[in-house]
Amino acid sequence: MYDILFWFFSIAMLVCGLLVIANRNPVASALFLVLLFVFLAGLFVLLEAFFIAAIQVLVYAGAIMVLFLFVIMLLDIKASERRKFRALGVVGGIAVAVAFVWELVIILTRPLKPLATGGDELSGGLEQVVKPLFANYMLPFEVTALLLLVAMIGVVLLSKRELK
Amino acid sequence: MIPLLLIHLIKIACVIGVMLGIVAYTVLAERKICAWMQDRIGPNRVGPFGLLQPVADGLKFIFKEDVLPHHVNKVYFTLAPMIAMIPALITIAVVPWGSQLVIPSVSHDPIPGVIANLNVGILFVFAISSLGVYGIVLAGWSSNSKYPFLGGIRSSAQMISYEVCLGLSVVPVFMQVGSLNLMKVVEYQAQHTWLGFTQPLSCFIFLVSAFAETNRLPFDLPEAEQELVGGYHTEYSSMKFAMFFLGEYAAMFMASALMATLFFGGWSLPFAPFNAPAQTLTVGLIHIGIFLAKVCGFLFFFIWVRWTIPRFRYDQLMTLGWKIFIPLTLLNILISGVVLAVITK
Repeated sequence: MYDILFWFFSIAMLVCGLLVIANRNPVASALFLVLLFVFLAGLFVLLEAFFIAAIQVLVYAGAIMVLFLFVIMLLDIKASERRKFRALGVVGGIAVAVAFVWELVIILTRPLKPLATGGDELSGGLEQVVKPLFANYMLPFEVTALLLLVAMIGVVLLSKRELK
Repeated sequence: MIPLLLIHLIKIACVIGVMLGIVAYTVLAERKICAWMQDRIGPNRVGPFGLLQPVADGLKFIFKEDVLPHHVNKVYFTLAPMIAMIPALITIAVVPWGSQLVIPSVSHDPIPGVIANLNVGILFVFAISSLGVYGIVLAGWSSNSKYPFLGGIRSSAQMISYEVCLGLSVVPVFMQVGSLNLMKVVEYQAQHTWLGFTQPLSCFIFLVSAFAETNRLPFDLPEAEQELVGGYHTEYSSMKFAMFFLGEYAAMFMASALMATLFFGGWSLPFAPFNAPAQTLTVGLIHIGIFLAKVCGFLFFFIWVRWTIPRFRYDQLMTLGWKIFIPLTLLNILISGVVLAVITK
């Protein structure tokens, strides 16, 4: 059962990923990306990391992609469907893909250590994620939060500048 | 003995059946209560006191012509009502309907009164229900006409904003209980006090945000009739329209169930034998009855508010969400944290 589900989610993710880049219609691309995030959450559930799975769907599928879709819907879809391939884009894309595969090969050929298993049954990995964040890595975590806050204020400032 | 899988399937069938039944009758209740508040009689032609009206409505929706306008994007147009309907039906799985059912002839262990006893219960609810916005956004976009599009845009902004309020408002509840598991939240309330009394601000903000999330008046801007005809479902007809309609009421049911579970003790009442997991079948069934009574109470409240309060303006809605509720919830989290730290010291 576990293996069947693993292969189902993995293959579905790959298909969705392919459709994200193969679709000419940006709305369809965005929706396949949402589907991809949902399948990825499925893989997390198989690892009994329910917390990560829920956060994955909540943050990426439920919030970020809605904003993406929000912006895409305001675009002229027909124009982007007609757009031609650009040589630079194709070359750049292939270069990035090759670099990524190279990286993957280096990582995957190394001997892998088995993952630490979660605590008690169905704990969902909440404590395993939160404890280190708020105990061992308190300062880096808070500094990251501060950085994000600064970035957010920066965005608000930039987008409001013309109104003055 | 019945195999566990079969028990689960029976539980799922019961939960979905009862939920959809109540949803169908909420539509009737909405019309009856509205009529009562406006000094009218309301639907009374079908069956005694109009009680068979939902059946008539259902048949009417099924037999009406399903109009598919030529300018729509057919795939997404068909997909949207389904996406709008499903989240509420999935999320009900983690809400505890009762404590447990002790039926020795069916299974050794007591049957828990919840379909999926997830440890990240509330996060699961937020995660799945945050996908519901796609139904409305897609409906608005794929209809390819002005009013649905405006409705879809409004709705996505509104739902994202209030999701933040909703999520932040319940944080103090889980800080106090110490678990994200909804079953544990109810057990905590059964032993101590209802969280609605210890966390009144959370309770209030959650309730108001739930109105915004379910697109109910006073926050029904995505479908404001006077400005947008029908908003995102303007182009829909027949069963596709009915699915949006049912989806809205199912979301309302879900919001009521969450209100009852998080703040008003779920299946428990603050006296014995209703403040502990049931040891007999009768008490177990009464627990389910208590939960459903609370849910119906909140459904009535939703309807009551709808026919009492006028609609907010869009900028007022956004100001309320971002400038009032979010700072308040953050303050609430801070105060709860300090108080809890002092008490537990």
